Formats: sequence, structure tokens, C-alpha cells
Amino acid sequence: MRLLRQANNLKVSGIVVLFAIALALPAISPDPATTNIAVFTMMYIGLATAWNIMGGYTGYISLGHAGFFGFGSYTLGLLLAHLGIKAGYTPFLFVPLAGLATAVLALAIGWFALRTRAATFVIVTIAFMFMLQLLAENLVGLTGGGGGLSFPVPPWGGDYFNTPYYYAMLALATLGLAISWRIRRSKFGLGLLAIRDDEDKALAVGVPTRAFKLTAFVVSATLVGMIGGVYGYYVTYIYPQFVVDPLIGISMVLMVFLGGLGTISGPVLGALILEPAQLWLAYNFGASRLYLVMYAAVFLGVILLLPRGIVPSLVELVERWRARTGPSASAPSKAVAP
Amino acid sequence: MEGSHRAFGVRAIQGGGAVSLLQIDNLSKRFGGVVAVDDCSLAVAPGSITGLIGPNGSGKTTVFNLVTGFIRKDTGSVSFNSKSIDGLGPDRIYGLGIGRTFQLARIFPRLTAVENMLVPVRRKGLRALFSRADWGHEKARAMEMLEFLEISHVANSLGGALSYGQRKLLELGAVMMAEPQLVLLDEPAGGVNPALLERIGDRIRRLNDRGITFLLVEHNMSFVMNLCSEVVVLYRGRPIATGAPEAVRKDPTVLDAYLGA
Repeated sequence: MRLLRQANNLKVSGIVVLFAIALALPAISPDPATTNIAVFTMMYIGLATAWNIMGGYTGYISLGHAGFFGFGSYTLGLLLAHLGIKAGYTPFLFVPLAGLATAVLALAIGWFALRTRAATFVIVTIAFMFMLQLLAENLVGLTGGGGGLSFPVPPWGGDYFNTPYYYAMLALATLGLAISWRIRRSKFGLGLLAIRDDEDKALAVGVPTRAFKLTAFVVSATLVGMIGGVYGYYVTYIYPQFVVDPLIGISMVLMVFLGGLGTISGPVLGALILEPAQLWLAYNFGASRLYLVMYAAVFLGVILLLPRGIVPSLVELVERWRARTGPSASAPSKAVAP
Repeated sequence: MEGSHRAFGVRAIQGGGAVSLLQIDNLSKRFGGVVAVDDCSLAVAPGSITGLIGPNGSGKTTVFNLVTGFIRKDTGSVSFNSKSIDGLGPDRIYGLGIGRTFQLARIFPRLTAVENMLVPVRRKGLRALFSRADWGHEKARAMEMLEFLEISHVANSLGGALSYGQRKLLELGAVMMAEPQLVLLDEPAGGVNPALLERIGDRIRRLNDRGITFLLVEHNMSFVMNLCSEVVVLYRGRPIATGAPEAVRKDPTVLDAYLGA
């Protein structure tokens, strides 16, 4: 019992320290090259965490979340343009509105997509993503089509340029983690995990699977849409293939698989490993698509060596070690989400 | 009910004017050219342990799937507590008080045994839904049920790590967590060793003593004969005999259905 409390205290202090470092990062290392990496890493922590709420907890693999990312991006850009919002901090206040619009879209898409399961669901999500991309390209009057959409350019500059975006991404990632944590330990979350394990059985013991899946899908998409909004404002110019980018959708999935599907810390770990690695490769080997080769290698490695991801494998390793050495050798192992 | 009789009529089984807990009327279901359930009518009396037997392919599991809303019927109606449950989904039907188990013990393999028990617990309101999954009193009830089934020592093991017999007990226990009035058991004795078989039979009887009604599909005849107060024999999708176990056992139509024709 005392050991357990110690482990818990260790976990809490670990989280506090990590969060403090994340808060202080722009002050510790203010040069734009670093903060740029920090913005993207924080963005992917948020995206992977959000994706995991659907993909990890319910087992429904969406490869179309880039559609929500792009939709959120476009929604914020169009809102700013039509409402004549000037650059500065005000655009950040409209990010929740972009999230709301994404929620409505996700509700509509989920309504249809969640009539399917497994591989069919994966394909339907991909199809929806490309439909959104085509729409963004062809509704020229609304979106500007292939000509793209410009955001107001922020008035600040220099070392400070990335900082507001970093904190916006940090805020969204924190929100995502808080929601993910709350869901994971809730009765609702238990229902989602039951769906992942055996959907028909869950239905047979009274889990309203459709409503549960749809809720998880909408929550997940809303977070992704908001992050897409901040991203659009950060890069200040977007076009359909750039924000409704299948690679963004695949990256978040890969990060979750690497870190550990259905865990809370897994997506964070996956993003912390993959995103800086990708940016490092891009920086050192030019803007080549070499990182795609790395992604393929990582994906193969995960599937072959760590099919459950880093975090669950580590937890299992620690427990096996504890079972062998600890006093409670016969204690049954329990899979927990760290 | 005295002896057995051919039961094609709607009220064929409703003896003595007693109100049945589950009433199935003229239920039919075909899969392509195969008629799985054919104008089937039967009733389950409250407080009974009713056995649903019949040769392979006679439509027993299909009846279960129709009653619990897993597949849609072609014609007929099902009512529970004198209220129609037609067109409701499985989750709603479970909420009304009809639980079921599956043919090959289905549990949640990546959840612990306790978590398996907590999934079916019902909560009212969104706040309750989004608060902790392991409320003390719910967990206490789950542990109590696990102890009753003598599997509390594996409470924190993952479902996937349990033996087949433990899974069967866990599935039975989990279904009980929402306090159903009627439980449909699909082959509770299937693939289970004799010692465990006895325990499962005993626990079903004790739960029945607490007022829970059972309808069970089973191939193990001695299990059925020992446990059930009433037996319905299904053949080619419709009941051909009903009544007390001993009577049904000697019924020539039943012998025909199993052995010849």
C-alpha cells in the first residue's frame, strides 16, 4: 500500500515537473529554431492525445482525422476573414468556435461512418477526408480553392514570434490530456474500452454503444479541429492539400501506436519521439521526404517488435520484474494506464 | 402444466392463466432460404428455470438473438412484463431487465474481472457517467458477486488470462450486475468440467431462489433435467413439446425429432 502511494506521488511529481518544464520552455530556450520544434511537438501531443480518445479507447481507427484538422483550420481562417478580425491575440479567442463547427461536422460524419466497423470504418474515414479536401479545393467562392487562404499576420516578431502559438498549443494539449484522463477513468471510458474489446457483448450488457462511440468521435474531432485552427494561424497561409494532409492524419496515428494505444501517456511519448525526429531529419537532410522512410521503418518496428506500444510493454516489463523480486510474488498483474 | 402437448397455438404454453414474464408470439425469421425460426410461440413463467432444447440448428440461439434485439424478426412479437419490446436495441432490452450470456463465454479480455463486472452496472445521468468507474458501493457489489461465484481471487486479473470455466462464471456474474429479472443463458454447461458444471448449476439455482427467472439453451440433458422446472423443445424453428422435464423426455415427438425423421 505504501509502495503504491509512493509510486503515485512519484507520478504526480513527475507530471508537475514535466508541466513546469513545458511552461518554462520558451524562457529556457527562446531561439525560434527550438520554439518552432516545440510548437509542432506540442501540436502533435495534442493531436495524438485527441485521436487516442477515439482510436485508442474504442479501437475505431480513423485515418481521416486530418479532415477535421483542415476543417478547423479553414473555419478559423474564414471566421477571421469574414468578421474582419485583426491579427493579435483576438484570433485565439475564436479557436473554440472552430472547435464547435468541427464538432457539428464530426457529429454528421460520425452518424454515418459509425454504422460501419473495423476495416470499413477506416476506409470510410479516409473517404470523408478526401471529400473534404475536394470540397475545399472546389468551393472556390467560399475557401479560395487551390489559391489558398491567408490568415492575418501577427504583429509580433523576433524571438517572441512562436511563443503565443506555443502556449496555445500547450493549452489545447493540456485540455486534451485532462479530458483523456477524465474519460479513461470514468464509467463512460470503461464503456469505450468494453466496445474496443467486444462491441456486441458491450451492447448485450447495456452499453449504448452508438451514443458512446459518437461522443468519443465528436470529442476527439473537436480537439483536433481546434488544434487545426491554431496551426492555420501559426503558418498564416493554408491550402487544401496542406491542411487536409493525409500525412498529418497518419502521423498522429503512428505516434499513438508507438507510445501505446489506449494509454494516457503513450500518445505524449509517441509525439515527443517522432515529431522532433521528423523535424531533425527535415532540417539535416533538407526538405526531402526522407522522414517518410523513417515513418515506415518506425511503423514496421512497432508492429513487429512492440505491437502494443512502448508504455504497455514497459508496464508489463516492470510488473514481471516486480512479480519476480517483490514480496507479493503471487499478486495478480493488472494492466493500468499510466 | 400436465404432460406435454403440441404447442403451435399462441397460448399453448400459458398454463393456469398465469401471466408470463416473457411472451413470444408467432415469431419468424428466415436467413435467405433457411427458415431459422418458424411461427414460434412460447412463454416463460416468472420465477421459473425454463429449458429451451432441441437438435442442432433448431433455432434456439436465433430465438435468443431475436428476443434480445440482436437481429430483427420478420414477423411476430415479443413482450416482457406484458409490454412489447419489439424494435428495441440490445442495450435498451438489457436496461429493461433481460440479460443474456453467449454460447462461448464472451467477456472483455483486456479489462480486469472487476472491470468486467462494472461495465453492466447502470448509472443515471451524465454526471454519474463521467465520474469514476469504480465507485465504492458498485465495486463492493461486484466483489460480493465474484465471491458468490468463487472467483474473487482473480478479481484483478485480465479477463483474457482467465480459464474458460472462470470466464463462464464471470460472464454469468457480470450479467447479474444490473439486476435483471430474466436471464437467457446460451449453453451455460458447454465445455465445462463436471465439478464446475455442478457449481454453475448450483449458482443458477440460488440466483433463481432470489427471484431471477432463467431461460436456458443447453445440450447437456442431465443438466437440463436437474435444473429446469419447465422444458420447451424446439424443432425446425418451432416448439413441438413443452412441459415438465420428465414428461418431455418421454414424448414420442421429441424422440422422433432427436433421433429420426
